[in-house]
Order: sequence, then structure tokens, then C-alpha cells
Amino acid sequence: MIETLPPALILVAGALSLGPLRGHARSAVLLLAPALTLWTIWQIPDGVSATMPFLDYELKIVEGSPVRRLFATIFALMAVIGGLYAFRTARWHELAAAYAYAAGAVGVCFAGDLITMFLFWELMALFSTVVVFSGATEASRRAGIRYAIVHLLGGVILKVGIAGIVVHTGSIDMRPMLAADFNTWMILIGILINAAAPPISAWLADSYPESSPTGSVFLSAFTTKTAVLALILLFPGEPMLIGIGLYMVMYGILYALLENNIRRILAYSVVNQVGFMVCAVGIGTQMALNGAAAHAFAHIIYKALLFMSAGVVVYRTSMNKCTEVGGLFRTMPLTAICGIVGALAISGFPLTSGFTTKTMISQAAANEGLAIVYLLLAAASAGVFLHAGIKFPWFVFFQKDSGLRPKDAPWNMAAAMLIFAALCILIGVFPGLLYRYLPYPVDYAAYTPGKVLFYLQLLLFSGLAFFLLLPLMRRTNTISLDTDWIWRVGLRRIAVLTGRGLVETGAAIAAAKAQTLAAIGHQARNGLGIGRHSANGEGGFFARSWPIGLTALWIAVLLSVYILLYYLN
Amino acid sequence: MKPTPDSDHWLVRPSTVRRLSQISALLLLLTVLVQIAVNIKGYFLIDGWFGFGALFGFLSCVAMVLAAKALGPLLKRATSYYTSGERDD
Repeated sequence: MIETLPPALILVAGALSLGPLRGHARSAVLLLAPALTLWTIWQIPDGVSATMPFLDYELKIVEGSPVRRLFATIFALMAVIGGLYAFRTARWHELAAAYAYAAGAVGVCFAGDLITMFLFWELMALFSTVVVFSGATEASRRAGIRYAIVHLLGGVILKVGIAGIVVHTGSIDMRPMLAADFNTWMILIGILINAAAPPISAWLADSYPESSPTGSVFLSAFTTKTAVLALILLFPGEPMLIGIGLYMVMYGILYALLENNIRRILAYSVVNQVGFMVCAVGIGTQMALNGAAAHAFAHIIYKALLFMSAGVVVYRTSMNKCTEVGGLFRTMPLTAICGIVGALAISGFPLTSGFTTKTMISQAAANEGLAIVYLLLAAASAGVFLHAGIKFPWFVFFQKDSGLRPKDAPWNMAAAMLIFAALCILIGVFPGLLYRYLPYPVDYAAYTPGKVLFYLQLLLFSGLAFFLLLPLMRRTNTISLDTDWIWRVGLRRIAVLTGRGLVETGAAIAAAKAQTLAAIGHQARNGLGIGRHSANGEGGFFARSWPIGLTALWIAVLLSVYILLYYLN
Repeated sequence: MKPTPDSDHWLVRPSTVRRLSQISALLLLLTVLVQIAVNIKGYFLIDGWFGFGALFGFLSCVAMVLAAKALGPLLKRATSYYTSGERDD
């Protein structure tokens, strides 16, 4: 049954046609494919509208609901604005991979069963790897391989969980669950790997900054947010997610504070922001789930805007580090302003999108009486302003004058940034525009005088802390060790040591074998008469000749003993 | 060639920076003082206290910066750490 065209297929078709097409035709497909996808998304009704038989199962390849449409909308919007940002500089294979990657994300949004979800999940893993590879440097090649290994491993874990669920329940339906047994644990772990949750969080900051300036814009949007949607659909109210989310929030801040690479600062702040969403899914109330969905929507826009702003800097200066740039506002005012709008939005400053969505999550925590969670989220909000809200624009566009005078963004990049900057402010000023599309009815007022004042105090005084503590935050030309040390160095060391141990053990076994063989040989020579003292080889005990009479005597004795024993019994 | 402080962009001239600092200080003061007139609804006793948001935001950031500073020696490595033979394996 196919009542509606799966929107993901339009993006797949678009991705496939980007290779053979050239010039304006390619540009037209880049803009039209996601635009058409967006239109199709809004034609999908609630409930299942496309199924397909597969083995003994009926796959629900399109199932609509408000939260699914919301995520698919922002993914398609991201594809079209990302396409606008990238189409003049990115190579065709990066664009094609990015669109196939977006298709995977949109496919997951409408997947009505676990098998369909898994297929689109893997499509994302495959083509996001190609996007990382498209950085076209040795570092991006290596990061791409590590990225692929982590995501394929995550896919296998997810597959194990899905297979277990299917075997035990006979159902492939996507339905809310809790991490209660092995199978549900596997599914949760598989999803959390994509969400960049600990301890496998390092893949994100390892790979995103190594992609091209345009590639990182696409990468920032899809994988982690699809994981958030999967958590909303499958694990709403799983209490463990609160702790995991809070860890991610703090991890992102501390690592971003230590970081020198411009795009890696933003990558860590992706983990930080996804932490807010994961925590909200863990709280699990209608307001919390609304908050998670709304924050994911707003986050994709301002995070892409930040990566666009950083991407223009990298594109214009070929420099990646805070220590190399500075003072760029002089010749890049538009990029700086858009970067600042993104930075204010991620910080949740009033009148920006982040304020209207992040505070909803905090409110959900407060409503449930979760004091520690509420206070930690408030502290994290201040920390976000510290590590991304001020640090990113300050070190890139202000601080010292690096003497660099690059040109501002090309027109297409500028247009993409302006659209997203405008959306950040639009959602911030008119939150109702977003609230009406959230999964549950919204009973929340973002703008109350008390709330605005509380967050202004929180953010402005974190700004004061930034400037007072600036000497402590002097940038150093360093990287920070993360859990990827385990697979980049630790496992390698274990492999080297194991190899060395095996070689040494093998040598010891060979020596022992040689010794044993020599000893056996010696005994054999002595015992079997191949002794070195016997000229004809018949000197040993078993090699001697025995008289027939003696043998007959022994047989007679043994027979007599046997007969005797027989009669005695 | 880099411009001299007085011929540079107006935004980074010492006089502008001084003026911006004064405005910022005033804003900080105002955001706290306004709480006399605007009630901040507290959910857990302390978060409704006068100036709590300001103090909490400031202290949280100090704690995070100090925590990051403390973690620095443990976690920071040269940029060539993964690509050179610095690792002793």
C-alpha cells in the first residue's frame, strides 16, 4: 500500500542526479529536491500511509505524526539551506552524499517500524562517512575511518537489539519502551552512540572538524538529532537518560573550554546541546518532550548557523584555530554578526530561539520537582554562554588583531546565514510559530518578566565571569585527550603488546617443543635400542630379541592365573 | 600592517572599549536591581532569592573555568600527539 510518496526517496533521487548533472541544472536540483521533500512531508497524514512487504513482515515505510513531521521539516530545511550554502564550493560528491545523508534522516523520521528505521539509520551512517571523507585531507580520511567504525559498530548493536525484540515479541513496531532487558539495552546503546552520549561521545569532536567547511554544516544537523527523535519515539521517560544528558551537558562545556580548534569548540557544544534534549527525553513529561523536540528544531538552525559562520572563516583564511585568527570582524562583519546571532541563540538569550526552547526543558524539570536537574541545567545555560556564546565570537572575530583581512562571505553563504539568523530571531520573538507544531499541546509562556530577568542575570554574569577569567582561558595550541584515546592509542598499544606477547610465547613454545623432542628422542634412542652405543641399533630394552620359550612360559602363567581366578569366583 | 590603536576600527579604540565596559557594568547592576520591582518565581526556595541568578551564573562559570583549568594538564597534549611518535608505544 503506497498512499504517499516516501519523502526520503525524493532526496535520494536528488542525490543520485547530482553526479551526472552540471551547472544550473545541478543547482536547480540542489534547491528543488529538498523543497519538494518539504512539500511532501506536509502531505503526510497521521498514521501509516505507506507499507511494503519484506520477508514475513509488513514494513511501515511512512508513518506520520506531529513530532515526525517536525523533525523531517527541519531536516529538509537544513538540506535546502545547507545546499544553498555549499553549492558553489563543495564538490558534487560531497553534496550528493550530504543529500543521501539527509534522505536517511528524513527516512528515519517517518519509519513506522524498527527494520525501516534501521535501514535509513545505516544510510545515514554510510553517507555521513562520505561527507567526512570529503574533507579530502589525510586527517579527514583517518577521521572518516574512525567515524565509520564507530557508526557501523553502533549499527550492529542496534541491529542485535532489534533482532532480539523481533524474535521475542514477533513485532517490528516502534513503540515506547524502557531499558529493561538485553534487547532494549542494545537498542538504547545503539541510539545513544549516534547521540554522542558517553563513553563513545568522542567520535563527534573527532570527525566534524576534519570535514570540509561545508561538510561540517551538514554533519552538525542530522545524526545526533535523529537519535534524539528515536529516543523520543522509543524511550520517553527512561530515567537513566536524565543522568546521561546532564553528563553530556557538562562534558561539552568543559571540553569546549579547553579547545583551540574553532569548529571543535562548536562540535563539543553539539554534545552539550544534545545533552539538554536527552535529559528532557529522560524527564519524559509532555512538556519535556515538547521541549526536546522544540530544542532540536531550534538547535539545528543555530548550530548550522554557527558552523556556517566558522566555515566561512575556514574557507576564507584556511585557518582552524583560535590562536591563528582574531579581529576578523573588521573585514567580515556579516559573518561576525551572523555568528553572534547563532551564539546568542545557543546561549538561550531572550529574543532568540534558544531561549524559547531551552527554558521549556528547565520548566519541565521544575514542574517535576527535580531541583538538582533544574539547577544543573541553569548552570549549564550559563556555561553555554561562556563556552560558545562568548568564546566563539570573541576569539574568532575580536580578541587580538591577527592582521588577517579576509573577504566576507560569498553571496550564497551570506544568504544561507542570513536566512538562518532570521529564523533564530523569528522563533525567539514569535515562539508560537514553532509551538503550534510540537507533538503535544503547549501550555507554556516563555516570556514572563521573572523568567527573562532570571536568565538575563544568569547570562550577563556568566559574561562577566568570562572577561574576568580571560587570563585563565588563554588559548594554547593543543588538543584534548578524550575517550577516542582508547581506540586511537589504548587499543593499539594492547594490540602491539598482545602481538609482542604472542611472538615471545610462540618462541618460548618453540624452544620448549625443541627441548621436549630432544628429550623424547633421547629416551627413544635409549629405550628402543637406537642408542648411540649400539652399533646395529638393537641395544635397547624393547629392541632386544626374546626367546620363544620365555614368551610361551609367560602365556602359560597368565592362563593359569586366569583359570584359577575363574574357579575361585 | 596592523593599525595603531587610535586609527583602528572604532569598536576597538580604547575610548570605545572604556565606554562599552561602563555600559556593561551599568547593565549588570541594573539586571540585579530590577529584581526589586520584578518578582522572580522560585521553584526550589533559593532560586527566587534576590540576585540568585546573577550569583549562580557567575559562580557556576568560575567553577567551570577552574575545573577546565584543572583538567588541562591531565588532558591537553600537543596537536601532533596522534600523528607523531610522541606516544611512547
